[in-house]
Amino acid sequence: MKNLLFIIASCLSIVAHAQMVEKAQKGPFLLTNATIHTITNGLVEGDVLIEGDRIKQIGKNLSSDQATIIDCTGKHIYPGMIDGGTKLGLSEISAVSLTNDYNELGDFTPHMEALTAVNPNSVNIPVTRTNGVTTVLTKPSGGLFPGRAALIDLFGYTPQSMYAGFKGQILQYPSTGRRGRWDRRKDDEIKKDAEKAQKKLNDFWNKCKTYAAIDSASAANGGSIEQYNPQLQAMTNVLRNEEKLMIRVNKKEDILSAIKFINEQSIDAVLVGVVEGWRVADSLVKYNIPVITGPILALPSRDSDRYDAAYTNAGKLHKAGVLVAIQTNENENVRNLPFNAAFAANYGMGVDAAMEAITINAAKIFGLEDELGSIEEGKRANLFVSDGDPFETKTQISHLFIAGFKIPMENRHTLLNDEFLERFPSNH
Amino acid sequence: MKYLIISIFMSVWFNAAIAQKDILIKNGTLLTITDGVKEQTDILLSNGKIKSIGKDLAAPNAKIIDAEGMFVMPGIIDAHSHIAIDAVNEATNPVTAEVFVGDAIDPYDIAIYRALAGGVTISHAMHGSANAIGGQCETLKHRWGESNPKAFVMEDAPRTIKFALGENPMRVHGEGKDIAPRTRMGIEQEFRRSFEGAKRYKQAWASYHSGKTKKPPTYSLRMQTLADILDGKIIIHCHSYRADEILMLMNVLSDFGVNKIVFQHVNEGFKIAPELAEFGAHASVFSDWWAYKFEVYYSTAYNAAILSKNGVITSINSDDAGLIRHLYHEAAKTQRYGRLSDNEALKLITINPAIQLGIDDRVGSLETNKEADIAIFKNHPLSVYAIPQMTIVDGVIRFDINEDMDDMRMEINPEMMLPAFYEQNEGHEDKCMQGVHTDHHHNHHHSHSHHQH
Repeated sequence: MKNLLFIIASCLSIVAHAQMVEKAQKGPFLLTNATIHTITNGLVEGDVLIEGDRIKQIGKNLSSDQATIIDCTGKHIYPGMIDGGTKLGLSEISAVSLTNDYNELGDFTPHMEALTAVNPNSVNIPVTRTNGVTTVLTKPSGGLFPGRAALIDLFGYTPQSMYAGFKGQILQYPSTGRRGRWDRRKDDEIKKDAEKAQKKLNDFWNKCKTYAAIDSASAANGGSIEQYNPQLQAMTNVLRNEEKLMIRVNKKEDILSAIKFINEQSIDAVLVGVVEGWRVADSLVKYNIPVITGPILALPSRDSDRYDAAYTNAGKLHKAGVLVAIQTNENENVRNLPFNAAFAANYGMGVDAAMEAITINAAKIFGLEDELGSIEEGKRANLFVSDGDPFETKTQISHLFIAGFKIPMENRHTLLNDEFLERFPSNH
Repeated sequence: MKYLIISIFMSVWFNAAIAQKDILIKNGTLLTITDGVKEQTDILLSNGKIKSIGKDLAAPNAKIIDAEGMFVMPGIIDAHSHIAIDAVNEATNPVTAEVFVGDAIDPYDIAIYRALAGGVTISHAMHGSANAIGGQCETLKHRWGESNPKAFVMEDAPRTIKFALGENPMRVHGEGKDIAPRTRMGIEQEFRRSFEGAKRYKQAWASYHSGKTKKPPTYSLRMQTLADILDGKIIIHCHSYRADEILMLMNVLSDFGVNKIVFQHVNEGFKIAPELAEFGAHASVFSDWWAYKFEVYYSTAYNAAILSKNGVITSINSDDAGLIRHLYHEAAKTQRYGRLSDNEALKLITINPAIQLGIDDRVGSLETNKEADIAIFKNHPLSVYAIPQMTIVDGVIRFDINEDMDDMRMEINPEMMLPAFYEQNEGHEDKCMQGVHTDHHHNHHHSHSHHQH
């Protein structure tokens, strides 16, 4: 009887345990005896103290009375990886249209705010962050000006608490390429469509300029613009060089056209995608335009290109002297960011430069190099602990910190593995 | 004129490449798959076969390849692909067993060369997933440089056919054409009706051949193909995602005495791994694709590892012209998600897909007398730093990182020396719906209104 009671009690405790949901923990945390990949100050053997949302201290034999100590002997600490372009939080299941929030109706919707529609509880988010990606740019798409992208940390229960400090307006530059293999338009139709789009862009841009001028004049007189227009109002920051314009452009001729546009309008711009950047690297260097390129794990965009054209682009741009960050342009598989960077590393960029591309370079492009992208005292505590090189496919990540919180390593994929690896009952 | 010169140049170049000569690969690390790892070992290829494996082999007339510090493995096999074919879906009826992908081979598809540049020597060119019973598929050898479509066919490979469950046939027929099947219930009945018909078709012919009836039944290629499935002459490769629909098809097959089945994609296979193992069904999965449609929302990247550890013969496939180029990396993801050993992971892209295509007695491992399909890598193929160096099909070098030109097209239009630029497709979806007119790719707003019907 006693035994039976014991068994029942044990079963109940197992049930209770299984129903526990692991939650994030607040520090301070002391990570000891690690190899610290600082990115900006080389390799350091030692400890990292996390207090509040900050990296408080880096050094040997650190101590702290309150801190939870995490022994990292034989392990590595890296700054959280930053994806320069995703749809994370804006789409749950791409084929289910009502779960997609990245493409508002119309070609000119710069007043759309990605941050508004970020779903903090998207199942895709824990799946992403447990591979060491702590921060992503999430962006609207479709039309010419689909809206304002936002940088988010991948932990928080409100979009505002996830916001990581950068917003940028997107311009999807008119393309003279084909949209895909299924695009059966004749060459002259493509040309006409591109010219039409270019004209629409120019007309809208001129309206924006006029509006911004009137807006400035009204403000100078202590008033506000009479004919309020949300689209044009949303563009005023870009025209005043107070906000970056993120121009998605891929084909050689289109990149050159976009560079001309940037110079003529003297705007603060970053180019995104830039698949054929390697064909015009000298122009990008000459005008000092940074690039967020990718996905790296992609096909060449022309049948005549070498099979590894997409793998080598980032390395070629880096070697030419362009400031390069990397995007996956993914939603549910942003977790493959380290593998995209690894392929860039392997095909010419080198491991250190590829790691910089998804950490400090991204931070620089977003104007957050004092806040993110490296392990430095005073920076936000976005970092992870791994048993090896995070680019290497088999590497396991054991601990994750975002804004100083210790984040559970669970996600849908691990939980399903836990339940089904040894299914019980296996015959029922 | 330009076109002619290029054509002549290309054909001369390829003829040189194709000239059969023995090849001796020296001092590589051989990942044999079926017989462990052999360091500093040679492998001699002759007449399209692996002639011998051993230390210090000598072959005076052979071309020597120095593989010192390199990894030599069997050519990678993709059990689910749509490259090298002009047509994918005959989406006109829920049952189209009569059509055959082998009639639509495109020898000039640059995707073949790009797959070789990822170490892939064989792909299973599949019909799409628009129909519950789709068309028959073809197992292809990547003999890039040949211009005769037939030259790509793997001679005497077993026949295979595509089945499909779930959203795709429901969308194409139920939603798109307002005919059954619109549900997973309806899909079950497509199989039952088809197999019952095939049983009767077989009986009618048997009765004619035995002389019981004088007049021969009307010949139907569709019914004959279904009858061949019942007779175990064709391996079924079934597009599937959800656990319930997979169990349904196994129940149907049990009722008709059919057992040769490979479930493709099978994202929820991990939920019913014991049932799959007991049936003897195989699984061919993505490494990590999920959440692009509702029926793959409850997925896990641990799928391949869970299936393998539960005794299901499992492969990792591409279904995609981009992904096929790094299947070695996809296989390695089972080490991040499931900690499979090196050999368990490599089996997923070599001997296991070979078993699933019924060609494991000929390819899928480094063994003497097997066909000389070889991939040579710098760095271990499961390392993210692996770089394919050379790919050999039937003893012929078809990819060589050091010798090949940048532009490897076989068919060059003189007016398109710099051919069309394609913007990258954004996001994933299974490529089994190519050629189906749902407007899905063409215009998002159209496709949305389409879905609301």
